[in-house]
Amino acid sequence: MSDTAAIRYISHPHPVTGVTNSKLGVWCFLASEVMLFGGLFSAYIMLRTGVPDWPRGHEVLNVPLATLNTMILITSSVTMVMAWASLELKSLSKFRLHMALTVLLGLAFLVVKAFEYGHKFEHHHFPATSNFYATYFTLTGLHGLHVVGGIVVNTYFLLFGIKMWDKDPEQFTGRIEASGLYWHFVDLVWIFLFPVLYLL
Amino acid sequence: MDDGTIDPMTHDYSHELPFWRKYIFSTDHKMIGIQYALTGLIFLLFGFGLMMLMRWQLAYPGQPLPGIGTWFSENVMPGGIMLPEFYNQLGAMHGTIMVFLGVVPLAVGGFGNFVLPLQIGAPDMAFPKLNMVSYWFLLTGGVIMFASFFVPGGAAQSGWTSYAPLSVIASSGQTWWLVGMTFLINSSLLGSVNFIVTTAQLRADGLSFNRLPFFVWAQFVTSFLLLLAFPPLMAAGILQLMDRVAHTSFFMPTGLVVSGQLLEGISGGGNAVLWQHLFWFLAHPEVYVLILPAMGIVAEVIACNTRKPLYGYKALVGSTIFLGFMSFIVWAHHMYLTGMGQNLSAFFQVTTMIISIPSIIILTTLILSLWGGAIRFTVPMLFALAFLPMFGIGGLTGLPLGLNAADIHLHDTYYVIGHFHYVVAPGTIFALFAGIYHWFPKATGRKMNDFLGRLHFWPSFVLMNCIFMPMLIQGLAGVSRRLYDPMQYAHAQPTQPLNVFISISAWCLALAQIPFIINFFWSLFAGKKVDQNPWEATTLEWTAPSPPPHGNFAQVPTVYRGPYEYSTPNAKKDFWPQSMKETN
Amino acid sequence: MSSHSPEAVKKEVRVYIAVFGALAILTVLTVGVSYLKLPLALAIAVALFIAAVKGSLVAAFFMHLSTEKKIVWSILLLAAFFFIFLLLYPSWHSF
Repeated sequence: MSDTAAIRYISHPHPVTGVTNSKLGVWCFLASEVMLFGGLFSAYIMLRTGVPDWPRGHEVLNVPLATLNTMILITSSVTMVMAWASLELKSLSKFRLHMALTVLLGLAFLVVKAFEYGHKFEHHHFPATSNFYATYFTLTGLHGLHVVGGIVVNTYFLLFGIKMWDKDPEQFTGRIEASGLYWHFVDLVWIFLFPVLYLL
Repeated sequence: MDDGTIDPMTHDYSHELPFWRKYIFSTDHKMIGIQYALTGLIFLLFGFGLMMLMRWQLAYPGQPLPGIGTWFSENVMPGGIMLPEFYNQLGAMHGTIMVFLGVVPLAVGGFGNFVLPLQIGAPDMAFPKLNMVSYWFLLTGGVIMFASFFVPGGAAQSGWTSYAPLSVIASSGQTWWLVGMTFLINSSLLGSVNFIVTTAQLRADGLSFNRLPFFVWAQFVTSFLLLLAFPPLMAAGILQLMDRVAHTSFFMPTGLVVSGQLLEGISGGGNAVLWQHLFWFLAHPEVYVLILPAMGIVAEVIACNTRKPLYGYKALVGSTIFLGFMSFIVWAHHMYLTGMGQNLSAFFQVTTMIISIPSIIILTTLILSLWGGAIRFTVPMLFALAFLPMFGIGGLTGLPLGLNAADIHLHDTYYVIGHFHYVVAPGTIFALFAGIYHWFPKATGRKMNDFLGRLHFWPSFVLMNCIFMPMLIQGLAGVSRRLYDPMQYAHAQPTQPLNVFISISAWCLALAQIPFIINFFWSLFAGKKVDQNPWEATTLEWTAPSPPPHGNFAQVPTVYRGPYEYSTPNAKKDFWPQSMKETN
Repeated sequence: MSSHSPEAVKKEVRVYIAVFGALAILTVLTVGVSYLKLPLALAIAVALFIAAVKGSLVAAFFMHLSTEKKIVWSILLLAAFFFIFLLLYPSWHSF
């Protein structure tokens, strides 16, 4: 039916590079995200080492709540990879379960974050209050935006994108793997952000 | 069908898309490439216009601009006399627009998108929908940048470099700049992912990396620069937005005094130099983003028009990769006058001197490629040839800037402006013109008019030098850049006649572009029709029809040899296409 | 990835659970250490070390980096090199 060549290596890996297009694409994107958060961490280091007084995180921020959030995000990483594994095991119902859990855990993370922010605002601590708060709000805020992005994509796959499973199960599995890589990265950033902001 | 033609009996006409899907929201790399190119050309013209206004003020300071001066509101040019604030807006936006909305969209978005998939024998980019989104992000950013002129206080006016703290306290146009840049950065980011994956994954059978046309290598390395260098600027942009909108003090030092008053309401404790580090971390690789695609184009045009292989392909590719890598670790040579410590300064001087080596190797291999060639002085070749000495001058004038001691005298003078314009204007932009004349037949099935092309080239070449050579002299005399009235300083005043000369040259350069504009549009409808390989070139794009259909090739081509098999001994013709199986 | 047999995937799932356990323990550990009120330099070193271990587990097992192809590794290593530069050099401004 097609009168020209089609784009190759969408569902099956390239014989030399060994990866599909979407896998290579998402890793390139994550490399750029490393540089994005790198820029922010670099700013944090330069600002913190540039002043004599900078509060210790645990004096100012809610460590127990953030620890809970850390566990929430780590758990969501597990459910995310389980969602992909379910597709590898050809179980659509297990995929739905794990993906739904991932989305819910992501939302829970945001809810906890909202409590944290709200509490700070109530006590009149805003980004403008000090560079500690500026850094805290900006870094966690940008991370939070990334969480939102991941939730949107995962929800789309759960509700609408799932139709692709019937047409091309391998391409769909690849998409979930790609989405998973992004989600794990978001978790990875938090794994560093949490101790840096809250514990040091 | 196997011979590449379409059988009307079996052709699936559901592939025929409605107008808005085919021309506006297209996912075809060729249409997207044309969209990028046209957008880039329009913004280049607009950016040029901004500079022409500035040149009036520089040539005839404080004089009303006749005629055109009345088109502008009393807010910016009362009585036709430019206000300093407006001059600063023109300056900041000229730089921003030329770099991010002119050159990059044309060089990378335009040429990269159109040519790269064709040169590697691919049906399209790896992610066509993402490609479309990239273009619309670019256009959105461009509209925001354009609109910023019309907000209260006008457009950004703190230089294209947006240094803090000035940019933080500037009027709302700066916020528009930051938002616009967000769209432009993300456009490039998504585009770079597409280019990298496409090049790695969708090469034709037999097209190994060392058989790739140098144009593809140039775009590939450029994409890594965009991928990894842009995000820190995004980070910086977010921090500056926070400083402006949420009143944080990322870049605001303690105790800042503005117009004699201590700035209240901020926490302080920030660092203005932090902005510079994050900005230049992107902006230095950015200049290699501006030059590498141009070198790629020049290489293709030279090989084709000398009828011989490029000299030193391996050196060319190796130097390009090394250049790309080094470009990430030279950035602070833009910051020698910020009170940088000696050791850090020494480090960046060393890396900067080292990075000149691959640039010289690239230029040398391109020049040596001419030796013994049967040179065809076609219009694209004229522009490609002119690129060589112009880039040479640009590169050489960079050397004193890269050395701390000399830079003390030259930093922020017109010498810098002369240096980088030599590289970008008669450098990159000439290469882009070469590319347009070279690939216009592929995109449209028609050649551009030869006479109009030469009428475009010669005055442009002469005038570019008339504009930028005197700037080098002004810089050596100590004339500062970004000044509404540089002649307020006695040491600068003897160079004022040069300002008049430069301005008149610039306005004449604008006139010299008219033949090009006429040629471009006239040739679309009435240019001489050509077949698929009017230049008798060897690379894969010339085996597809002119213009290529959606999907480009009937089946994935097979490549049998390197990209520049011209004048192979004992061959029948003086070129041996990459995908031609038979012995020539 | 479609070459994974059901047994291989089930084995991987057991690894995921084990990694989850390790991550949970390391999280408790890093929070616990913060209560020791160590001097700042030591606290930074310990916290970043634990975070690096956690991050490596996520990258190696959840993101399958341990079995990933060379092309992916090379792009990441390139990014890592520039990341280190970006992280450190601005703070050495006065050096």
